[in-house]
Amino acid sequence: MTACRRLARGILEFVVGEDWLIGLGVVISLALTAVVADLGLPAWWVMPSAVLLLLTLTVRRAVREAVDSASRASESKDA
Amino acid sequence: MSATDVGLVASVFLACAVEAVEAVTIVLAVGTTRSWRSALAGAAAAVVALAVIVAALGPALTALPINALRVAVGGLLLIFGLQWLSKAILRASGAKAEHDELLIYEQESHAARAAGAAGEGIDPYAFLVAFKGVLLEGLEVAFIVLTFGANQHRVGLAAAAAAAAVLVVVTIGAIVRAPLSRIPENLMKFAVGVMLSSFGMFWGTEGAGADWPGGELALLAIVPAVLVTAIILVRAVTRGARRRAATSAERRGLPA
Repeated sequence: MTACRRLARGILEFVVGEDWLIGLGVVISLALTAVVADLGLPAWWVMPSAVLLLLTLTVRRAVREAVDSASRASESKDA
Repeated sequence: MSATDVGLVASVFLACAVEAVEAVTIVLAVGTTRSWRSALAGAAAAVVALAVIVAALGPALTALPINALRVAVGGLLLIFGLQWLSKAILRASGAKAEHDELLIYEQESHAARAAGAAGEGIDPYAFLVAFKGVLLEGLEVAFIVLTFGANQHRVGLAAAAAAAAVLVVVTIGAIVRAPLSRIPENLMKFAVGVMLSSFGMFWGTEGAGADWPGGELALLAIVPAVLVTAIILVRAVTRGARRRAATSAERRGLPA
């Protein structure tokens, strides 16, 4: 059981990677595309909009984390 | 060759070349410091394991219904592509350290020397490090080969593009016998991120039941659009970093 869990966790980590936000965002936007298409409306715009949003959010978050850790390092150096 | 075939070959070749550079760096480090025979045997065993994975899963994937396959493949390519692309944007803008093959080579060599002297015959350390390095770097490529190949029913073409990339990188590695630091790895990762995200978006949308205006020709607009978005983000992050540096210099009373 532990080995199975470890394997499942390893596969999930391999697929989702370091950023779960991207994985979740992709799944939600694919589902939204299917719903909009099912309603008979044009749905091709959903994924490009989602990609733009996800990429911007991911990069912004990574930059903020980098800035925070740099300022923490600088504060501890000053102290 | 159709537009999607060209995209398939370019994406698989670049992704595989990038991962092959990383794998060759590890094999070179353990081969030089410990045992060439063991390092090459480990690398060869990993290549065989990857070929078995592709050969076993390829036909199984191509048997899936096309729309289910496109949603799964599109989603996975998009997840991989966006991760590659966001890291490439951060590296290109200086917010993240660039991938440094020389540093990785030195770290691997140091660890190999610290592991003690290699004995006679096959050296387990060199074999395992080379095996693990090639397998882990290769798994992502095997995934890309499978997803691109299965979706277009061209697993053979995708595998050939991957093999060509490995051959080119290994040949260069064998000639220079040094870390492949001159290969523009970060630029290649940027290109792969753009291609995977674009194809992922295209197939995911089609698999979910939507139609692109212009069908396959939409890719000619999607790829440049993703590239331009990524370049705009690189510039925005670079500008933000400059602004922060200027503010910080101002606070310390230094010239910006």
